[in-house]
Amino acid sequence: MSLFASLALVAALTSGVEEVRLHELQRRLAAGKDTTFVVNFWATWCKPCVEELPAFDQLSRKHASEPMKVILVSLDNPTERETKVVPFLKRRGYELCDAVVLNEPKPHLWIDRVDQSWSGSIPATLFIRGERRLFGEFQFSPELLESMFTKFQTEGK
Amino acid sequence: MKYVLTMIFAVVSLMAQQGATSAGVVVGDLAPSFRLKNVDGKFVALDDYRTSKGLVVVFTCNHCPYSVKYEDRIIALAAETSRLGFPLIAINPNDPVKVPEDSYENMKVRAKEKGFTFPYIVDETQEVAKQYGAKRTPHVFVLLHNGGAWQVAYVGAIDDNANDPDKVESRFVLDAVKSLASGAKPAVSQTKAIGCTIKWKE
Repeated sequence: MSLFASLALVAALTSGVEEVRLHELQRRLAAGKDTTFVVNFWATWCKPCVEELPAFDQLSRKHASEPMKVILVSLDNPTERETKVVPFLKRRGYELCDAVVLNEPKPHLWIDRVDQSWSGSIPATLFIRGERRLFGEFQFSPELLESMFTKFQTEGK
Repeated sequence: MKYVLTMIFAVVSLMAQQGATSAGVVVGDLAPSFRLKNVDGKFVALDDYRTSKGLVVVFTCNHCPYSVKYEDRIIALAAETSRLGFPLIAINPNDPVKVPEDSYENMKVRAKEKGFTFPYIVDETQEVAKQYGAKRTPHVFVLLHNGGAWQVAYVGAIDDNANDPDKVESRFVLDAVKSLASGAKPAVSQTKAIGCTIKWKE
């Protein structure tokens, strides 16, 4: 890898984790057209979330050539984006997943905007392609995530 | 083929499991009774509070960072709601096999360290958490004592800012208790919050 390429990769991994508001995230999901987004809500402090993250990395690798994107949405305190979230993701190196930190105060107002059925506990995952969506408070093994993704993809056709 | 069937079964049971845990009480329902062991070895029951106007039930635990963020606020809240005739109790519903930090022994340690002024009781069978429909920690249920019956009057978060106590704008539980203590219905009787999933037994 050239020096420029490695520098670019490092830059992408460190500065690529942006802080977003929910409406910004939703705008991106709506603009995806034929892309299936797998949106995982997690946090560095959430043990079951951290355990299931490799499943999302594997999913994005396996389907890298398809119109799909995994977005890891961290619910860590936005003030800890650079001190906790970025170093954590850099260590894990999930290059094919996008990552953002949600900056949205007052959870009682925004949780329902993600999905009415969400109790607010994490991990939680949203599969979405255009109007089609599937939401759940799952904790995935790589096998379960793969089969749930396949099910979502095939049922929509 | 066998593999595919196993996976389909796993997905279906995962979804069924979600459905099963979504039961529980809603505002207006009668509150399930309970009798659980406190960190001092004595049992605490809902009926022990029959001389109170109500009760604040907080499902919480040792290990969850969200519970930890709220520890000092729960202690302060207990003092405020108790003055209004609504004592507070904390229930730990987590499976200590999955999270050793939430064991009964460690609950005793935490209660002593933090100087809990309220019972910290263990829901060993997880039946109470299931009956109430507790989903995460912390998760609060405010109960109103009404002519011998216990009625659920508020379900949800403690306040509207877990990360920063200084930026809290709405203290949901305290506001609900204030309304109930004065004979009124809470203006906000249900809220959602982010939290740690309750660690259910396998």
